[in-house]
Amino acid sequence: MANDTIAAIASGMTASGIGIIRISGPEAFAVAGKICRLKKGRPLGETASHTIHYGVVTEAGGSEDAVIDEVLILKMNGPKTYTAEDTVEIDCHGGPAVMRRVLSAVLAAGARPAEPGEFTKRAFLNGRIDLSEAEAVMSLIEAKNDYAMKSAVRVLRGSVRHKVESMRALLLTHIARIEASLDDPEHLGLDEDIDDMADNDEEAVFTIRHTADYLEPERMKAEDYRRALGEAVDSVLDGIGDMLAHYEDGRLLREGIKTVILGRPNAGKSSLLNLLTGEDRAIVTDIAGTTRDILEETVTLDGLTLLLTDTAGIRRTEEPVEKIGVEKARLEAEKADLLIYVADVTRPLDKDDEDILGFIKGRPAIILMNKTDSVPVITADELRQKSTAPVVPFSALTGDGLGELKAMIKDLFQKGEVTYNDEVTVASERQRQALTAAGDSLRLVRQSLADRMPEDFYAIDLTDAYASLGSVLGEDIGEDVVNEVFSRFCMGK
Amino acid sequence: MSEYIPIKINTDVVVIGAGHAGCEAALACARLGLDTTVFTVSVDSIALMPCNPNIGGSSKGHLVREIDALGGEMGKTIDATFIQSKMLNRSKGPAVHSLRAQADKAEYSRLMRKKLEKQEHLTIVQQEAAELMVETDDNAHRYITGVRTISGAYYYAKAVILCTGVYLKARCIYGEVSTFTGPNGLMAANHLSESLKAQGIELVRFKTGTPARIDGSTIDYRKMKIQPGDTPVVPFSFSTDPAEVQIEQIPCYLTYTTGETHRVIRDNIDRSPLYSGVIHATGPRYCPSIEDKVMRFPEKDHHQVFIEPEGRYTNEMYIDGMSSSMPEDVQYAMYRSVPGLENARIVRNAYAIEYDCLKSGQLRNTLEFRDIRGLFSAGQFNGSSGYEEAAAQGLIAGINAAMAIKQEPMLILDRSESYIGVLIDDLVTKVNTEPYRMMTSRAEYRLLLRQDNADIRLRAYGHRVGLISDADYDSLLAMEKAIDEEIARVSRVVVGANEAAQIFLAAHGSTPLISGVTMQELIRRPELDYRMLAPLDPERPVLSDRIGEQVNIEIKYAGYIERQKRQVEQFKKIESKRIPDTIDYDDVKSLRLEARQKLKDFRPDNIGQASRIAGVTPADVTMIVVYLEQLKREKH
Repeated sequence: MANDTIAAIASGMTASGIGIIRISGPEAFAVAGKICRLKKGRPLGETASHTIHYGVVTEAGGSEDAVIDEVLILKMNGPKTYTAEDTVEIDCHGGPAVMRRVLSAVLAAGARPAEPGEFTKRAFLNGRIDLSEAEAVMSLIEAKNDYAMKSAVRVLRGSVRHKVESMRALLLTHIARIEASLDDPEHLGLDEDIDDMADNDEEAVFTIRHTADYLEPERMKAEDYRRALGEAVDSVLDGIGDMLAHYEDGRLLREGIKTVILGRPNAGKSSLLNLLTGEDRAIVTDIAGTTRDILEETVTLDGLTLLLTDTAGIRRTEEPVEKIGVEKARLEAEKADLLIYVADVTRPLDKDDEDILGFIKGRPAIILMNKTDSVPVITADELRQKSTAPVVPFSALTGDGLGELKAMIKDLFQKGEVTYNDEVTVASERQRQALTAAGDSLRLVRQSLADRMPEDFYAIDLTDAYASLGSVLGEDIGEDVVNEVFSRFCMGK
Repeated sequence: MSEYIPIKINTDVVVIGAGHAGCEAALACARLGLDTTVFTVSVDSIALMPCNPNIGGSSKGHLVREIDALGGEMGKTIDATFIQSKMLNRSKGPAVHSLRAQADKAEYSRLMRKKLEKQEHLTIVQQEAAELMVETDDNAHRYITGVRTISGAYYYAKAVILCTGVYLKARCIYGEVSTFTGPNGLMAANHLSESLKAQGIELVRFKTGTPARIDGSTIDYRKMKIQPGDTPVVPFSFSTDPAEVQIEQIPCYLTYTTGETHRVIRDNIDRSPLYSGVIHATGPRYCPSIEDKVMRFPEKDHHQVFIEPEGRYTNEMYIDGMSSSMPEDVQYAMYRSVPGLENARIVRNAYAIEYDCLKSGQLRNTLEFRDIRGLFSAGQFNGSSGYEEAAAQGLIAGINAAMAIKQEPMLILDRSESYIGVLIDDLVTKVNTEPYRMMTSRAEYRLLLRQDNADIRLRAYGHRVGLISDADYDSLLAMEKAIDEEIARVSRVVVGANEAAQIFLAAHGSTPLISGVTMQELIRRPELDYRMLAPLDPERPVLSDRIGEQVNIEIKYAGYIERQKRQVEQFKKIESKRIPDTIDYDDVKSLRLEARQKLKDFRPDNIGQASRIAGVTPADVTMIVVYLEQLKREKH
């Protein structure tokens, strides 16, 4: 069976000097040819194998002014390539935004986003990786039975999985309803004669309630049924819309980088929180329904989503209630992707500050020297001696230093010092496409409802939406089982 | 006294049983030129319909059409013997339209018997097969050599097809009465089970049941709702001239159980063999007895009951929806509590029947036994229920027995091309815990598997194996060409925004045109269709209704059809990954214990099948795929 042509960012999504987009498959040259313009004017397809060319990448079908980036293009004929297939590598400038745009252009030109590990998978299937490496693959798989159990936490963070699974469960209920209604042995085999003793209202659709091991017909009017399905479809579409909206953040859910604000009581932690959220009032959401007595807010900084957690002030205390609060703060801090330690420069460092400095040691952290508008009694140098974390002078009162703080957070993120630390949670292009496909299928269901199609038509697109959502979770092995094997490899490696 | 000399007869194929599976199997083999012997416990019970008096119905109608497309006989036979016909689910999409005909049972049976008798190369023998004859070849593979009858006669054959229905060690039960007979008091087959077990074939015990037959002259139809047939009638067979089936039809009637019925059942439930533990075998969930329905759904105060004639020349009426194994006195009380049946007299009591059938996992998708070459099985013996399911399997088993003998490729239909494929795949890959009934929801790609296009889907296979004549096949090809041409034409025809068009659209509640559109676009509008639009299409050629129907469906549902085809492509991808027969699952690392056992039991032919086995997870399937890749690599 001929493979299709796949593409992915092969250099990882961190900010670095050069980004590599790899295209592999029978159409690799044709795909790259559509968007790469070589400086020397020759079509890419006519160049020799294993040669490097200077040129530009444009939007697919775009004109000269749709240039995305200046690039180097490596052309390699199979089988002497990593995958043993025709391969093109486009070396572009390394920013995530540029890489994404180049990849989008490549996909628009006809490539399919590579599954995680798919280049390696092809290398294996095409015989480029030898048996010992294949054995290594087998050993990976041996972990897989465990993996099957742990996948809930492993493949995706719980909340994303939970959300996608509840969407799937809702769709499944409707698929099952429709399918069962087609087969209701007692009533539906005899449509014109349906149970007209109960009532004589227009067309009736039967839904089926599963009891222990029987299917029991229930009655529902066609209109009510359509409304119920429409509502279900809309709610799933909303969920998908939310997730897609956050694709650019790099995460499927607005979880954000878990950022915990630490500091002694009255160091200015809450003021910082208010300052950060205040600027962004429109997109601040209270996390409703949390029972924690710790305040959480979501803030977006130029595309980075922070889940800010304000904690009780940390201090040594014997007072039982307060002790619990302090303990909770520590627990929160241990789960954080980033810590912001708010130091009050108007007071000398005390034992509590020492505790905090000890705690942030070796963890991604920023030290915020608050109240620089007042007379400081401690200096940046003093803090730098005690910690390797970057120090940012700040005033919650005037807002001075806020810009630096944001820049610092972004910088830490881009350097990779603060990471989402969950490679699969970070939305992949494949997941985005799967979500988009699920949304497309559901819009088709909505269209079918609007067209008042018979209910058996809904099932076709509901089934597709269900499968696409499964793909988001990496559960679409039905499609191609080998893919699952290599999913533990990093994208594009 | 002279010595007993057993009869020894050479034949090509032995078919054991002449029910719906056996008839199709025997006819297929004989028509493919093989000398065929069919055994039946009673020649008078050939193609007997011991339960419901109808053929077809939701998804079963699809099976009949598919049987016909492949060259089977069920469709033609019911077309000639039906007394009422209906296309079910007309209010729904074309995927679930399903034809169902009430049969004249005696006529159906008689006509099918006549077809067998007239068939060249086919011999009917009233005899009970008692023993399989199996030998082992040089490679330690077992193969069938024939059967021995209870009279001691030897029938040597290259293939044997088991179509024993519900006859193996059959036991009929109602109330405290239990008889060791097949349906309708026919002789049970009590010997073969032991021979099958001796050959290592594992059997399970299933149960099914039938309602009472009531003397129609004792029924008050005025208290019921009349259920007439359709006009015009659509025939089952693609070869039947629709003009021939426009007969005078006989109605059915609809009535309901009452609170009194339910009370009678509840008061006597301890006397039901199902509930008292006399019957242990598993019955079909989708065809429950009335006592099951009443006990399971205590909140329902009534259930539908259809009164269906058993034939043109009998008074007996079949009481659809009230199968039972209650004692006779309870049966009287419960039937007489139904409006219209107050004075009913029972001709035949309702009863449950228990029988031996095959534990799943022992057959290939060809319906040949994995471990005994040349031995095939079909029908209720394979754990299915229903005449249509049986006939479909019989036809495939017959075709494949013939293909095996002729050393031609066997016929395997997959889930994406036929209900028959779904049926057989389910029967061979799923653990059977109850009689399997065909259902629309079991077919994943049902929009493509419509009853209206069964010939387009399957005639080529029927032609390839030799059951469909060149002439019939050519006429199909001509029809397909005409469909394609008409689809192309209507996509070119432009309807202008003229007054006639606007008036037509307004009259049909359709939005007016702003500019010209193609006929194709108008057909796609939900409120319009191909046939209705004829007045706006003066150039339209004269085409048969069937062609018009196909054009309409293909255009109207093009988007859905296209999407379903994409789903099929995905399905085919994994279905084409074959698992060699020689695979040693103990050598596949990291399979979970349960999966390893299930895979050993079912030995799937391909990855797709493996993934459908209950108890085999996606992760297990992945391991098999990687294992196979490794094997491939080692060889190179």
